[in-house]
Amino acid sequence: MSARDDILGRVRAALADVSPAVSVPAAPRVPDRGDLVALFDERVADYRAVVTRCTSDGLQEAVAAALGPARAVVPPGLGLEVAGAVVDDGLSSAELDAIDAVVTRAAVGIAETGTIVLDHQPDQGRRAISLVPDLHVCIVDASQVVADVPDAIALLDPARPLTWISGPSATSDIELDRVEGVHGPRTLHVLLVT
Amino acid sequence: MPAFPTAARAALGDTQLRRNLAHATHTIRDKRARVVAEVEDWEDLRLAGAGVKEAALRDLATHLETLEESLVRAGATVHWARDAEEACAIVASVAKSHGADEVVKVKSMATQEIGLNEALEAEGIAAWETDLAELIVQLGEDLPSHILVPAIHRNRAEVREIFQRRMGVVGRPAPGDLTDEPSVLAGAAREHLREKFLRAKVGVSGANFAVADTGTLVVVESEGNGRMCLTLPEVLVSVVGIEKVVATWDDLDPMLRLLPRSSTGERMNPYTSTWSGVTPGDGPQEVHVVLLDNGRTRALADDVGRQALRCIRCSACLNVCPVYERVGGHAYGSVYPGPIGAILNPLLNGVSDEQTASLPYASSLCGACFEVCPVRIDIPSVLVDQRAQVVDSHRGDRVPKAEAVAMKAAAWTFSDARRLGLAERASGLAGRVIGRFSRTTLPGGRTAAGRLPGPAAGWTGARDLPAPPRESFREWWARTDGGTHDDQDGSGTATKGGRS
Ligand code: SF4
Repeated sequence: MSARDDILGRVRAALADVSPAVSVPAAPRVPDRGDLVALFDERVADYRAVVTRCTSDGLQEAVAAALGPARAVVPPGLGLEVAGAVVDDGLSSAELDAIDAVVTRAAVGIAETGTIVLDHQPDQGRRAISLVPDLHVCIVDASQVVADVPDAIALLDPARPLTWISGPSATSDIELDRVEGVHGPRTLHVLLVT
Repeated sequence: MPAFPTAARAALGDTQLRRNLAHATHTIRDKRARVVAEVEDWEDLRLAGAGVKEAALRDLATHLETLEESLVRAGATVHWARDAEEACAIVASVAKSHGADEVVKVKSMATQEIGLNEALEAEGIAAWETDLAELIVQLGEDLPSHILVPAIHRNRAEVREIFQRRMGVVGRPAPGDLTDEPSVLAGAAREHLREKFLRAKVGVSGANFAVADTGTLVVVESEGNGRMCLTLPEVLVSVVGIEKVVATWDDLDPMLRLLPRSSTGERMNPYTSTWSGVTPGDGPQEVHVVLLDNGRTRALADDVGRQALRCIRCSACLNVCPVYERVGGHAYGSVYPGPIGAILNPLLNGVSDEQTASLPYASSLCGACFEVCPVRIDIPSVLVDQRAQVVDSHRGDRVPKAEAVAMKAAAWTFSDARRLGLAERASGLAGRVIGRFSRTTLPGGRTAAGRLPGPAAGWTGARDLPAPPRESFREWWARTDGGTHDDQDGSGTATKGGRS
């Protein structure tokens, strides 16, 4: 018998007398927290990420200020001029490793948890570009901010790869001392367009 | 591996270990308590989480078939593995088919459980752990001691020493000016592992959740090493226990709210990755999923124990367990330590060997583990049920256990009033003997014996045995005619105790 049939057979035998579950209780919603954008701002900053607010007119300038002298890679669909940036056309991992920063947009921002979700559409690019460079400048529009995790899940398409980002990469593995950044970007700079 | 009490005794003697553990468990549990208190309807969220997992388990065969279908539709190759050996062989053959002599791994309980690193090594394939704590453990040729912070038993000076001594042997050496600052040590790990990430052809992962209706796998992590392993290699193999299934995409909601708060005490962990099969032009273009049984169907058949398969490996139960806090993870002799380990190992493997059979006893049954469990696993009830299973498994023994003999004798004694009276007199006598020879005095002035010889040694090895009262209730009743003519405390003076 194949392992597949064997395992499925064992599962069925183990549950022969077990009735399928009654209905699953609905998960509670968070109470209304008022100004979601303000909450998002506060909670992202809580992870020691940098949050800067700007208007859509001031966005280009804000990106330049966030990057400083760092050389950036940008996804092909960013929709914004970034001076000196390389547009990703399938750069190798080694090439990405030589680049300091990345600028992307996002799909959703979650206020309750301070999380940004990328669904890697053309304005966000491949997963690798937001991973290998050390500084991630992420543009989130105020209209993209939702209240909590279930709202984000309802908006996102599971067929796409998704990356949920809450602050910069971090570890507490040595004596529980929090250190920002091990393998992912050590600095996360969120530009909140309001 | 020795039985729990033996291993625990050694661990208890290690004061450094106890100090590290106490610090870690208290810190994490305070953080957890703070962020859990932020959620007003935490209890309802727990009920929802438990419901999602329980529903998936009770109809597991259907969900597994759906998962397989959706994965294949999304371009993944699905394998099934009955046990550790089959699972390891599948991973090795994928790696070999790409001519890889190394793989990069994101921390995964399932791959640890099946001993994947050792199995790959035997095939000439090096498996690099990329989680910082796992790297410390692997380089130190050591074993993990906690689900969440596997190297919690090491302090910074030890980590520095391990990095200096071992990094150069397996790859990029630690920098010469390495200090014991955590940020400097993390920086050394970054450099050391980046070289491996950039050249690796094959990545290996587990999954925190597998969504049946969409074929989505989910990995929750902090450092970005997970994203590296899941994104940069050409080929990805994920080893997923069959209990990781949830039915629908929406079911992720309570889980992704419960896990980070219960685990690291954060509102959300730094990185969560989800992917469904292959995405053209992004990430690995060959994706394999190994669905692993390895004892899970055995646990599934256990009516009381089945709920342990709801476990999402948050480790909250470890951090509140008074037993775990003192002995650490190694004493449990398995990759699953603490309260969940104490029930999961016997459920997956049965209680036939002495070590596994000792685990259901590694608990004070205080119930703290149930209180914190985000998916409401009633660990104490499962422990009690397993103790019964351990006892049952010895019913047919030719030489009965001392405990069984004692229980039989007790039943015989208690079933007859005259026998009970005799026994109580004997106990009063023992009380006087123990009282005379014991060195310990319990609060309240009662004397107690330390270590006793014979079968009682197992009990008194870690506890004081209070001396039985000199006079039993029945004796007092007879002497004072039900308390009507003598209110003198017979136990204090023993003047009327001359009857025996
Ligand atoms: S048993 Fe519950 S508390 Fe313990 S690790 Fe599993 S999910 Fe967490």
